[in-house]
This record gives sequence, C-alpha cells and structure tokens, in this order.
Amino acid sequence: MLPGMSVPLTLLGLLEREPSHGYDLKRDYDTYFGRGRPLPFGQVYATLGRLARDGKVVIGEVEPGVGPERKRYVITELGATEVETWLAEPVEAEPHLQTVLFAKVVLALMLGRPAEKYLDAQRSAHLHRMRELTETKRSGSLVDALLADHGLFHLEADLRWIDTTIARLDALAAAVRS
Amino acid sequence: MTADPHSRRCAIEARDVVLSFGKTPALRGASMSVVSGEIVAIMGPSGSGKSTLLHCLAGILVPASGEIYFDGRRVDTVGETERSTLRRDHFGFVFQFGQLVPELTAEENVALPLLLGGARREAALKQTRPWFERLGLDGLERRRSGELSGGEAQRVALARGLVGRPEVLFADEPTGSLDSLTGEQVMDLLVGVAREQGTTVIIVTHEGRVAAYADREVMVRDGKVTSFVADPVLS
Repeated sequence: MLPGMSVPLTLLGLLEREPSHGYDLKRDYDTYFGRGRPLPFGQVYATLGRLARDGKVVIGEVEPGVGPERKRYVITELGATEVETWLAEPVEAEPHLQTVLFAKVVLALMLGRPAEKYLDAQRSAHLHRMRELTETKRSGSLVDALLADHGLFHLEADLRWIDTTIARLDALAAAVRS
Repeated sequence: MTADPHSRRCAIEARDVVLSFGKTPALRGASMSVVSGEIVAIMGPSGSGKSTLLHCLAGILVPASGEIYFDGRRVDTVGETERSTLRRDHFGFVFQFGQLVPELTAEENVALPLLLGGARREAALKQTRPWFERLGLDGLERRRSGELSGGEAQRVALARGLVGRPEVLFADEPTGSLDSLTGEQVMDLLVGVAREQGTTVIIVTHEGRVAAYADREVMVRDGKVTSFVADPVLS
C-alpha cells in the first residue's frame, strides 16, 4: 500500500465503478495501488465486512458454484457519498517541517557537525532515487509514470529546500547556537 | 545503458581550472572528468560557475590556469581556429533558448553544423531529414523559428546539436524555457538518442528532474566542484 492511502475508501472507489467480488477488488487494488505490496485477502474481506456493517456496501446476489460462495459487493448511496467527499477534500497541505531531515540539520548545526556534508549526501540519495523513478517512467506504463511523477516533484521540492538550506547554513548555525 | 566509469576511456576532463570575469572569480580550481558515453549533470546555484565550467570544457572559454583535455589531447593551449574546428567536428551544443537562426528554416538550422563543416547544401539538407521524423518534427522542415512552439524549437535545436553525430553534446539548461511535460519530452529524446549513438553528454541544470536523466551529477559551488559522486551507495 502507498503511504497515507486509505484501503477502505480505495476499495469503495473501486466498487463505485461496478459491483465486484472480493477477489476482483484485490486484483485491481494490487494492480493500481499495491506497488509491490499486495493487499492480503484477509484484509480485503475484513474491510468489506466493516463497510457492509456501516451500510456503505451491501452484499448482492451470491453466485452458486463449486468452492466458497462468491459474494458480489455493491456500493450504497452512503458509500458513494463518502467516496465523493473523500475525493473532493484536499489532502492536508502538510508542511513537513518536523521531518527527520529538518531535525538532522538543526542538530548538526547545534553540535557543530558538518551539516553541508550531510545535505550533500542527502542530495545524492535524492537524485539516486529520482534516477530510479525516471527509469520507471521511461520503461513503465502511463499509470506508473503518474505515480513516479508525484515522487519526482516531491523529491525535487526537497532538493530546493536542501539547496536553500545550504545557502543559509552560516546564518542558521548562528541562529541555533544563540 | 549506463557507462561504466572503470571500463571506458576518459572523454573530457577539467583539471584545477581557474577563470575570472574581470575581478570576479568564476572558477577557483574546478576539476571533473567524464568517461566516453557517460551522461553527467553539472548542478549548482545561480552564479556558482556551472555554465562557465561547461564553456571551458567545450573549448569556448580558455581558463586562466588549469588544463582541459578532450580524448587525451590538451584543448586549452591550442589557438581559437583549432578550438573552433574541434567544436565543429567533435562537439554538439544545445542551449536554453534554442538559439535558432531566425532567418533560416528549421531544416536549414539543423543543417547548419554540416554546412559550416563544408557539406554541400543538398547533401546537408538530406542528412537532416531523418532527424525530423526521429524527433517528432515531421512537416515542420520549412518553418522558421518564429513559427515553432518552444518545444518544437528546442527539438530543432537538439537535432542541430546531434546531426553531426558529435562525440560530446553540451547542453546548457536545455529545458529551462519549457514547461515540465515539454521539457520531459526533450530530455527523453536527448537521452534516448545519446544512449543509442553512444554520445557523451554534459548537461548544466538546476533542475533535479533533468539531472535525474544523467548517470551521475557533479555539484559546483563557489567556482569549485564540491561533490563528485560516481555511484552513491547510501542507506
């Protein structure tokens, strides 16, 4: 699962396309959102159970056949409203001020350690990852590229922060030591 | 394909290069080397000296001290005529704003390095034709630069930089005047063709997303190359 993603809301969103079996939902979830971390079947059915309990999905006709019963899940109006609200509401514009990197820079300056060297190493690590994402874009599908782009733009924002911080290190060092 | 720095010859190198503009120092002992077939990004803040370093590597500027080598030969000690020949025969250039000649058509712009090298007009124009298809410029051959979009003009500039099959392509902020998506298309083409032809590429950029197309990056700060990481191994 991608960090910060909501499994219940994503499954609801997939159900809004069309009523589906748990198996199909898992397959589509893994294809589009799993990114190498497939959703366990247990979690799919537990989530669908909770969504049914809360009135966001109902179980449609049970299809007969060999093996376990195949339940088809159908989104309710309440579920569809929840998906609409979730999609329309912007994600909190988290300024990320308390990230590990920020803490490392401030601590390094407080301790008189080489913050510039740490930041240069971080830039290299960021660019290393950006190269991987660029390769994903060049060799993957358009959907892969969409996700890679999101990562690339965020990493680039970090790079700008790193460069601005390096340019201000002397003044910052004076500020944190005063 | 990524060049293996341990198995390829050094294509171009700057050793302890110093250069000032009047009393303003631009390079204060910059050193870097690039192996054949490698794509390297030169990064750094505005005024750090990254473009000046590129111009020294390309034999456009001559450093006050230090050494520049291309393919094992000293570049900075030869005269302007010889450096001009070197640039024409071995190097290609792409700049931020394309810098197409406005009086010429797109195909004449692409043919320019060949014409300057003594090729006959018809032969030179014929040689440009595959590039229009390759870079998605079909049908634009007769347009002048004022009739091209920014992305089209930059692709024409890219074709001009590559038409002579240079050993080294120098690109100074090649996507600096383009939006993200158009810039990405230009970089995809630039890197794709360079890898295919085995062209060494040196790109000056302040954009991480452009640098991410390179095999590695060097950082220039206050006229010096401060980080020179071939293959960062980071946890």
